[in-house]
Amino acid sequence: MFLKEYISDVYNGVTSLLKGMRKTGYYFFHPKEIITQQYPENRATLNLPERFRGEVVMTHDEHNEHACTGCTACELACPNGTIKIITKFDVTPEGKKKKAIDTFIYHLELCTMCNLCIVACPTDAIKMAQNFEHSVFDRNKLTKKLNLPGSKIREGVE
Amino acid sequence: MYTQTEIIKDTTVNGSEGELVINVGPQHPATHGVLHLVITLNGETIKKIEPHLGYIHRSIEKMCESLSYRQFIYVTSRMDYLSSHINNLGSAHCVEKGMQIEIPARAKVIRVLMSELTRIASHELWLGAMAMDLGAFTPFFYAFREREMINDIMEETCGARLTMNYMVPGGVMYDIHPDFQQKVKAFVKQFKEKVTEYDDLVTNNIIFQNRMKGVGILSKEDAVSYGCTGPVARGSGVSCDIRKIFPYEIYDTVAFDEVLETAGDSFARYMVRVREMHQSIRIIEQLIDNIPEGEYQAKTKAVLKLPKGEFYSRVETARGEFGVYIVSEGATTPYRIKFRSPGFSNLSALEHMAKGSKLGDLMATMGTLDLVIPDIDR
Repeated sequence: MFLKEYISDVYNGVTSLLKGMRKTGYYFFHPKEIITQQYPENRATLNLPERFRGEVVMTHDEHNEHACTGCTACELACPNGTIKIITKFDVTPEGKKKKAIDTFIYHLELCTMCNLCIVACPTDAIKMAQNFEHSVFDRNKLTKKLNLPGSKIREGVE
Repeated sequence: MYTQTEIIKDTTVNGSEGELVINVGPQHPATHGVLHLVITLNGETIKKIEPHLGYIHRSIEKMCESLSYRQFIYVTSRMDYLSSHINNLGSAHCVEKGMQIEIPARAKVIRVLMSELTRIASHELWLGAMAMDLGAFTPFFYAFREREMINDIMEETCGARLTMNYMVPGGVMYDIHPDFQQKVKAFVKQFKEKVTEYDDLVTNNIIFQNRMKGVGILSKEDAVSYGCTGPVARGSGVSCDIRKIFPYEIYDTVAFDEVLETAGDSFARYMVRVREMHQSIRIIEQLIDNIPEGEYQAKTKAVLKLPKGEFYSRVETARGEFGVYIVSEGATTPYRIKFRSPGFSNLSALEHMAKGSKLGDLMATMGTLDLVIPDIDR
């Protein structure tokens, strides 16, 4: 009885191992089914989805105009104090004062990519970009100014 | 909390003859994070296990007190990062309960679909890591192959792979991606084809079975008294699935079985998780073609203010019961938030399960507890 049990144990052990080895061997001889990506080499063909959250950017059109009114909705929505908006007053040709942004400061080092600022923005001035390679040598470089130099607010955006 | 020198001093004074104290962790490949176990050994037999926590304590509960009801949800994905969707769902749910927001039917279905996909992804990662703890490296890659498909789906619809912050009070942040249904169907098809590979490689493997069966036994009574939930308790035969007992969203309308095993050993807990993946696939198959049309987010006020009172809601994450308890004073930020995380109670049963067994078996026992350390420390 003991011998029978022992032999069946050995048989089961060997078959279960061979079954596993067959699976491993299958992938060894079918390299096309391998799914790993050669990341730094395939940068050119990397296709990230549109909604991927890499960093916050401000969209500018060809006239160097953006849609940010400086309402600070994003600044209030941010849980980490990532965004700081400094506003100024422009003087329109009619002599009226109009609120506009001076600097849109974005601290990438504090950002957790929670997307709450994008949802809060009433004019879709900011969006998430797909760039995800953020390593720099100096931490100060992570503090960014999002509005381009010389840019102004687009006509008709309130 | 002992410092390293105090532990050594303590053992020289109190440690009796033939006892050896070793530290597993905080940096140890088998603990999946910064868990520090001080183990007293007699030869190779475990006499005592003392978990030392706090290495990744970020005071999330205190942090939440200064965040608004929209903002605090993103922090909860940093606790149990493998089932972040379900954590977010539990938090959003508690706010909705307080505000009495009615969620659109479409959002409910999307939420359940996302929760189940997260549950599969979490169990897949656990399966790979579990097999790796026991010395098998290949299943890790096989499990990650399927998990990668879910991550791609998440990336497309939610924008992130791990910490999604997709659930917001009132529904979900975005509508599903146009490719969502097709990709989920492709995943379900591949999962069903490839799941036999796990059985060949892991489940039916004789070495794996011998290392798991009869190891780390937790009886039904102990599972209840230690407050274990999730697959750990269900492996001991405790019926504790929140989706069945207190159905949230649309779990009362979909057909699925609560997975129960009675053996209470490591292999039973393993089988619970493997069978749970099949149940999640069953839920996804029922819902994927029946996503109702309509709004994906209910109209809510810009600033949420919970009425004065106390609110509690619970959900079933991949690890067990996750509870959110909010005390509100009627302001825009919560007065106090308490999270009931499944990992903490499950860890407390570890000493009971591993006492008297060999040190090598500890890895099998700890692996099947599926500990996520940020979830324990918060």
